[in-house]
Amino acid sequence: MEFILQPLTLVIFFPLVGVLALLFIPSENKNAMRWTALAVSVATFVISLWVLGRFDASNTDLQMVARYNWITVAGWNIQYFLGIDGLSILLVLLTTLLTPISILSTWTAVEERVKEYMIFFLLLEIGMNGVFLVQDLFLFYIFWEFTLVPMYFIIGIWGGPRRIYAALKFFLYTMAGSILMLLAILWLGIHGKTFSLPDLIAQGGIPANIQMWLFIAFAAAFAIKVPMWPLHSWLPDAHVEAPTAGSVILAGVLLKLGTYGFVRFNIPLFPEATLQAAPWIALLGTIGIIYGAAVSYAQPDIKKLVAYSSVSHLGFVMLGLFALNPEGIAGAILQMINHGISTGALFLLVGMVYEQTHTREFRVYGGLWKIMPVFGAIYLIVSLSSMGLPGLNGFVGEFTILLGAWGAGQNGIFYWGGVWFAGISAIGVIMAAIYILYMFQKMFMGPQGEVVEETKKHGRAIRDLNWREIVTVVPLLILIFWIGLYPAPFFNLIAPAVNHLVGTLPLP
Amino acid sequence: MHLSESVNTGFLFLAPWLVFFPVIGLLINTLFGHKFSERMIGAVASLASGAAFVVSVLLYVTVSGAHGEAMRWQLAEWMHIGTLSLDWTFRVDSLSTTMMLVVSGVGTLIHIYAIGYMHEDVRFKNDVGRFRRFFVFLNLFIAAMMVLITGDSYLMLFVGWEGVGLCSFLLVGFWYELDLLARPSWSNSFAAVKAFVANRVGDFGFLIATFIMFWAFGSLQFDKVFQQVPTVAPGVIIAITLFFLLGVTGKSAQVPLYVWLPDAMAGPTPVSALIHAATMVTAGVYLVARSAPLYSSVPEAQNIVALVGAVTALFAATIAAGQFDIKKVLAYSTISQLGFMVAAVGMGAYVAGIFHLVTHAFFKALLFLSAGSVILGMERGHHHAAHANHDNHGKGKKGKRKEERHDARAERSHSDSEGADEAHGEVFDPGDMRNMGGLRKTMPVTFWVYMAGMVALSGIPPFSGFWSKDEILLDASMHNQAAYWLLTIAAFFTAFYMGRQIWMVFFGEARHEAAARAEESPKVITVPLIILAALAVLGGALNLPFEGFHNLGHWLEATLGEVESLPLNLQVAGISTLLALLAILISWLMYARKPFAKDQTDPLASLGLFFKGMNNKWWMDELYHLLFINPYIKISYFIAEVIDWRFWHDWFHEKVIMGTYNWISFTGLNEYADQKGIDAFANGLGTWTQSLAGTLRKVQNGFVRSYALSILLGVVLILGYLIFK
Repeated sequence: MEFILQPLTLVIFFPLVGVLALLFIPSENKNAMRWTALAVSVATFVISLWVLGRFDASNTDLQMVARYNWITVAGWNIQYFLGIDGLSILLVLLTTLLTPISILSTWTAVEERVKEYMIFFLLLEIGMNGVFLVQDLFLFYIFWEFTLVPMYFIIGIWGGPRRIYAALKFFLYTMAGSILMLLAILWLGIHGKTFSLPDLIAQGGIPANIQMWLFIAFAAAFAIKVPMWPLHSWLPDAHVEAPTAGSVILAGVLLKLGTYGFVRFNIPLFPEATLQAAPWIALLGTIGIIYGAAVSYAQPDIKKLVAYSSVSHLGFVMLGLFALNPEGIAGAILQMINHGISTGALFLLVGMVYEQTHTREFRVYGGLWKIMPVFGAIYLIVSLSSMGLPGLNGFVGEFTILLGAWGAGQNGIFYWGGVWFAGISAIGVIMAAIYILYMFQKMFMGPQGEVVEETKKHGRAIRDLNWREIVTVVPLLILIFWIGLYPAPFFNLIAPAVNHLVGTLPLP
Repeated sequence: MHLSESVNTGFLFLAPWLVFFPVIGLLINTLFGHKFSERMIGAVASLASGAAFVVSVLLYVTVSGAHGEAMRWQLAEWMHIGTLSLDWTFRVDSLSTTMMLVVSGVGTLIHIYAIGYMHEDVRFKNDVGRFRRFFVFLNLFIAAMMVLITGDSYLMLFVGWEGVGLCSFLLVGFWYELDLLARPSWSNSFAAVKAFVANRVGDFGFLIATFIMFWAFGSLQFDKVFQQVPTVAPGVIIAITLFFLLGVTGKSAQVPLYVWLPDAMAGPTPVSALIHAATMVTAGVYLVARSAPLYSSVPEAQNIVALVGAVTALFAATIAAGQFDIKKVLAYSTISQLGFMVAAVGMGAYVAGIFHLVTHAFFKALLFLSAGSVILGMERGHHHAAHANHDNHGKGKKGKRKEERHDARAERSHSDSEGADEAHGEVFDPGDMRNMGGLRKTMPVTFWVYMAGMVALSGIPPFSGFWSKDEILLDASMHNQAAYWLLTIAAFFTAFYMGRQIWMVFFGEARHEAAARAEESPKVITVPLIILAALAVLGGALNLPFEGFHNLGHWLEATLGEVESLPLNLQVAGISTLLALLAILISWLMYARKPFAKDQTDPLASLGLFFKGMNNKWWMDELYHLLFINPYIKISYFIAEVIDWRFWHDWFHEKVIMGTYNWISFTGLNEYADQKGIDAFANGLGTWTQSLAGTLRKVQNGFVRSYALSILLGVVLILGYLIFK
């Protein structure tokens, strides 16, 4: 009992209750399954709030630790080792919040195989929270790979016309990166006689040349997941084919597994290599920002546009992380949350209109604001948050990241990049305005688009949002304003852990 | 939680309510407005803005009591991370109270005016439901503007800075499905996007300036930055000030980023008056004045700012003289006058710049609102005419306005809905001055207030514009000869285009049926006009160039530091007055001695290419399309389609990587991963619930599991080897 009642164990495995319950609900009773999944995921969110309540932000150590020996053979020690700190707590909360929201968003969109769908979603939640909470490298790898499986099926079964191709590509891509990481984990485990992350960090002493190889091996897995330019090619396919909720979770949480991996493993495990790699990663981040923004503008498909905008936004996150100063790293962690909120909300909204119009070609849209005033207003707020309007969440993240990056340029961390990274990345802020406003204009402004008549021909009239849909996005809207206007509680959670992390680095 | 050290903080605690009141107003109208009458919606919004004005007055009283000393009121924490520490702190000093009085005072008058204006506007455009939205946006604007002028740090200023930009976007695109002539079109929405994007280019400069500033000064808070000015290298300050200048050129519509402002006239007229003339566009002037300690320490940057302002002043004035749209003339006039202000603050004549900002807010708001009254009058006249000649409508002449057709689809939907708009089937442009004439008879109140605005703007003594403009010219004559001459010529053009406008609009004979039947506007519109006219006439009294009358100068001294109070210079004042009178005389000779006739070409056309340039805005829009917009689109599409998709996605990943993979792996794998595999699995999953054991067998046939299984096997093998080696 003591094992089960650990708060972190509960957060991770509580969705299993839902999985078990779902198995016993007859397939015809779709609403019962929806309500069950929703209730369980909401309960998981409540549990995560309980964890938040017990969390002491000023303490930089791991908290609520659960640690048991798991596999102990021949001097090997693989542990069931959970712990939470300022680097992960917000991501756990984001996961437990986005899961019920995603489930709510599929209420009417998914009618086929509801049971399996809900089971996969709950399994996915287990995997994601596991990744954020485990502190044992071997266990981490298991959770890391585990997240692939439900997502693979969510895309592959409930996705669009080319879903098989997209699902396979998603799977192979991420798998390919993970294999290198697995080798690096094994090397660390054998060399350090433990898979425990805190112990390995405390041991340190990995020779610089080996550090670089290990860094690259971990980075390969994480960079594909982020995805960092130029490894982003799987992302548009996956997003376009994934069902709405799949896209929400994919953009909202799964991509963060990559950025989280960098800050949790690469930076503290390989500090010397981190310093060497920082300008290169900043360079890739900067290219990603500009490239993603330029490519976004040219997309005719809303989902593709948002997918490429993720490449741009996550470029900011990478730039901030490898600025290696508190402003940059804390900004990047907050921006992970912001991106989850804004892009998650954007995918939700796109799904809501797609459900009605059955097209994502936004150039046939036009004048929708008149027909859907509430939807238009919400879409505008989310768009503005995504383009970093001050007063909304995106700005807080982007500003601190760019500020940090500028400082890193001055302090020699980006030794040959100078302030150029921050300066050029700031152009991405202009470009974001271009593609976001262009999308908004083409969808909501201008004369009424063909899509309205087309939809009528199919016997449906485009309607504004209903209450369920509004309830789905309202939590995200609240967070958009909250983080934008009063980010202090969020920074307070992140800052001590970040300062601690920066303090361990051998900075010049 | 007040931070001010002065003992008597009076009403300081009310400072956040400058923002809260408008926000409350907009929330009430957003949430409950659908149940309100138009009057009620307008009343809520105007009261919200009026309450902000009352707060401004109380804060003015408080600051007067403290002789203009800065007071600060901290509302909440904002960003504290690393060495960055920013709060939501309101700064109340003589400069910010001056601004807040102008913004909330003029703002409230415009709110009231808009009740009347929008009542008619939404009816002319057949969307009564949009009335509420207008006032929500207008209140949002007041809130954002208040954040801008009361923020105690550059970043809080920036929140307001972009916030007003957003409001500008929303209000320029208010009739987002129409064009200027209320036909279905993309052009208004393009104007809105253009405004936002051009401002974002400027904001990029602003952001870079804050980055440099933060790492050089360790803070973004005004006082902390200004204290350290002597210890920071001038080169760094030059960089900061010039990047700020980029922001200024965006927000205050200076060369080279001014191009958005003329198009912004797509917004309803109260918006043009409030946002695009009186308040928002002066934010850049405010920024430079606020940063006075920075600018004053680097004369090199000051010269550049002054020249940008002076060049803009002249350049835009020439364009204004060649326009036919009543609002476009005023729009370019605004750009030109903003140039005067920017030049002034650039030269270190901060008081003159702020003085002109204030008087300009009065007379330009007045002119825009009066122009709105003219347009409404014309629309009413047109309406009457259309009903009178119901049988032969449609024979009317086509509007001469060159229309921009951005999109083939816009045309199609245009023709689709033409039938619906029966009463207005003829394309009539109520803003084209060539359709006007003789309006002084039909719209007497509007005429007289317009005259007040005209003489104020033209710089005729003793009206307000004369005093403020003269102060700028005087400063220029002492500090920067090039700027002085540019500004003096610009002043000449100013009087000319205003004269031209007055003669074309109000004098002569009606050149269109609509003008003949035009009708005066109701009181809700004319009363605010009369108040503004009084301010435009008398506003100069704020700061007269006589001993003991430099009131504004002394008031701002507490914030801006020692300012020189210059006496009237008869030479400078004489030259500018004479030039203004001469310009009006010339315009009379050209447009009034023999009244401008129907279908007449503009007498200026005799200037040939020069007039063509003025009329076509010196082809700057075309140039920007050629230089920036088209290349951006082309490059974007090239990267997206050729590099990202065809090369990287289709060729490299599909052909090279997947091809190699397939070649290496056994070919059956790919087939296995085909539709069959997955669907079989999915079906299998359906039966899973019936029999767990059965499922376990059935799920053995998918590709991914075998792949995952092989990885797991691999792991086990490696582990086994490592353990038992």
